Amino acid sequence: MSEKAIVCKDLTKRFGDFVAVNHISFDVDQGEIFGFLGANGAGKTTAMRMLCGLSYPTSGEAAVAGYNVFKQQEEIKRNIGYMSQKFSLYETLTVKENIRFYGGVYGLSDKQLKEKGDELITKLGLEKEAKMMVGSLPLGWKQKLAFSVAIIHQPRIVFLDEPTGGVDPVTRRQFWDLIYDAAGSGITVFVTTHYMDEAEYCNRISVMVDGRIDALDTPANLKKQFDATSMNEVFYALARTAKRSAD
Amino acid sequence: MDTVILQHVSKSYVKEGPPALQDVSFSVKKGELFGLIGPDGAGKSTIFRILTTLLLSDKGSATVAGYDVVKNYHEIRSCVGYMPGKFSLYQDLTIEENLHFFATLFGTTVEANYALIKDIYEQIAPFKKRRAGKLSGGMKQKLALCCALIHRPEVLFLDEPTTGVDAVSRKEFWEMLQRLKAEGITIVVSTPYMDEASLCERIALIQTGQILSINTPANIIKAYPGKLYALMATKVHLLLKDTRQYAGINLCYAAGDKLHLSFKDDGKHHPAGLLSWLESKGQQGVRIEEITPDIEDCFIAKTSIHE
Amino acid sequence: MKQFMVFVRKEFYHVFRDRRTLLILFGLPVMQILLFGYALTTEIKNAEIIVVDHAGDAASQQLTTMIAASKYFDINASVTSDEDIYKAFKKGKVKCAVVFPIGFGNDLLHGQTAQVQIIADAADPNTAKTLTNYLTAIIGDYQQQINPTANIPMRISPVTRMLYNPELNGSMNFVPGVMALVLMIICTTLTSVSIVREKEMGTMEILLVSPFKPTYVVLAKAVPYLALSLIDLIIILLLSVFLLDMPIRGNIVLLFLESTLFIICCLSLGLLISSVTRTQQIAMMVSMMGMMLPTILFTGFIFPLENMPWPLRVISNLVPSRWFYVIIKAVMLRGLGIGVIWKETLVLAGMTTALLMISIKSFKTRLS
Repeated sequence: MSEKAIVCKDLTKRFGDFVAVNHISFDVDQGEIFGFLGANGAGKTTAMRMLCGLSYPTSGEAAVAGYNVFKQQEEIKRNIGYMSQKFSLYETLTVKENIRFYGGVYGLSDKQLKEKGDELITKLGLEKEAKMMVGSLPLGWKQKLAFSVAIIHQPRIVFLDEPTGGVDPVTRRQFWDLIYDAAGSGITVFVTTHYMDEAEYCNRISVMVDGRIDALDTPANLKKQFDATSMNEVFYALARTAKRSAD
Repeated sequence: MDTVILQHVSKSYVKEGPPALQDVSFSVKKGELFGLIGPDGAGKSTIFRILTTLLLSDKGSATVAGYDVVKNYHEIRSCVGYMPGKFSLYQDLTIEENLHFFATLFGTTVEANYALIKDIYEQIAPFKKRRAGKLSGGMKQKLALCCALIHRPEVLFLDEPTTGVDAVSRKEFWEMLQRLKAEGITIVVSTPYMDEASLCERIALIQTGQILSINTPANIIKAYPGKLYALMATKVHLLLKDTRQYAGINLCYAAGDKLHLSFKDDGKHHPAGLLSWLESKGQQGVRIEEITPDIEDCFIAKTSIHE
Repeated sequence: MKQFMVFVRKEFYHVFRDRRTLLILFGLPVMQILLFGYALTTEIKNAEIIVVDHAGDAASQQLTTMIAASKYFDINASVTSDEDIYKAFKKGKVKCAVVFPIGFGNDLLHGQTAQVQIIADAADPNTAKTLTNYLTAIIGDYQQQINPTANIPMRISPVTRMLYNPELNGSMNFVPGVMALVLMIICTTLTSVSIVREKEMGTMEILLVSPFKPTYVVLAKAVPYLALSLIDLIIILLLSVFLLDMPIRGNIVLLFLESTLFIICCLSLGLLISSVTRTQQIAMMVSMMGMMLPTILFTGFIFPLENMPWPLRVISNLVPSRWFYVIIKAVMLRGLGIGVIWKETLVLAGMTTALLMISIKSFKTRLS
């Protein structure tokens, strides 16, 4: 096991003439909360797909959880969790059934499934809703549940793609409490968000502009560097320099 | 008379469970930029659908531009512009074709109202032969706005126009709305981003189908109950855990690199007590200062009382 | 009116920019016609047959030559023992066997009754029956040839004439059926899917909020598909005339008018489906499964309706294509005019009116 959760060197992805991700390099420590910011079309999703083992990079190197993104995509998938705003859980399965399903997919034993499942339901306070269809839960609860399910197999890294979009401010903060707990238990959290206050909760942040990483540091250092009072200003200063606008 | 009036409107989609809207009333003045601020599932889209005559409410009444949403739905349909939450244009038609189609559908031409959309359309005009499905998020929003404006509507309904759009495009979008307001168009816009609230003239905070408060952003902030403090320390996350255990805390939550907190009883509990308690817990570099709340703080305060 | 035309034009853009729609629209009819016209026919050609000639005289040899000359049979082998016959059947290649007993020619010439045995593989009863019929016909022909003035008392020799389709061309039966099937599927599926797509994409919300009348939305959806279906009709007719040698004996204008009526009927059905479904998949399922199966079963071009038990016959009356099939056969094959098919036309017109009215009525002016 390497020290670093993600090591990325000159990672590049081209689609024909279009360079979606342009030589990005960064490391993420184990247990770190790493914010991955960028305007729409800056290349965040493409980069994340490569790191999750869903698409091959055109060039460069990257290791996720110690596994090579070119050769060991299957091993990567076994060692990461993934959750996005769009796809999270099966709406027509109950809370319990969703937990069993995802736990089963990641090869948890029946005993582990039961223990973990009960623990998770108690932690989220979903005892009463355990047998309800996920579709009937409020969005915020769904997202908290989806996150807990994404880390049910205690992966080394969890990738979160805009996990809190549209969630109310109170639930959004509860969600971040879960993120801190996960990081506390040693899981590396790799997260994208459009909420700039959430960027401040990360240990370190990278900002992508036109396929490159134009800034990478702790929130405090970035604010100092850009002489800004909030991450919003930092982001705006960087994103304004973007030339391209395609998704 | 106000351009949009909602009176005691309720709506349920399912028989059991909480209704989508509970006794919602508000009105929007002519030429006003009115914001519906609340998270997903608060009922914002339901309000829009009732106002655009797409849904019938269970109880209550509503008028738009003086027309009843049930009886005069046909009149309303020719004088409002509507941009649904989901991108709703034809993905397989080009920018030009979409615009032309909607102009004709509303019985007008692109030329007739070009002045109104000129500023927005010029930004996407270089791509006018491109199919809408191949546009970026920001460009789709601009095209959708052009299509909603092409018949120079009296009232413009925008359901979460900035959701999923990055910070830069969001800012541009709000600047466009300010220009449209200057043209005298009444605008009702919804958003889950609390920081956008201050860009509206008046706002309604809404959660789980109920209106929490309606006022100008400034007045809502003024009406914040009690005092709000910002707390800083070297290690913010541990600070949050410790502070929550302090007996006199009413609310305490993360806000960027700080914590925001309020005390249960401002007379009895005070910052000095908390500071010395935190230092006894081993927190370092603790500072506290009173701050002016923002809309998000107000929303959290309102929803917490609710719970 | 201008709004209407713009809407229609938009529909054409959708069709021509979507490969899948184009494939259904133009690939399906061609494929169906070719399939039914060439591959799937009930007529049997070049069936393998064994002749067991125990007689070995002139008569048996003449008859064998006649069988071999017919396009229906290929003589596989001549065997001499009965055991070999069963071995051949077991291999499954041989469908039929003819056995001439010893003294066959002698019996025939001397006025006695001559016997010939026909053995068929009745594992497939339809084929077996068809083949024995062919053989009986050939034997009958031979009998006529050798003894045209035979004066056998009380013998009835039926003279069959296959009207309208003397060559028993199977595609004659299928082409009108395929026309009904293809038009039914294209009209219902494509219309329903195209409306439901607007619901799914959210564009329906904007259309409803516009001053464009919902009834016009329905009609504007129907017009392009009516036009495209007529093009399909022409493709089918061209293919069947030039490729499958189908005649068009009746009035071509009448043929087109009747087809248009049927198309409108199917379009209305598609509109109805679209107003009760919410997703493209469901619309597709309902129109494909819900329409295709009854059309195949109850139109009469594969399973004769006359043989069905009465409850099924009653149900078949509700299937529009069943009426259209009768009409199209009468006009194309028999060259008949409206005077004969007015009843069927009336039924179809009634169905169309009812469906169109229901579908326009049930098209919602609001969501939910």
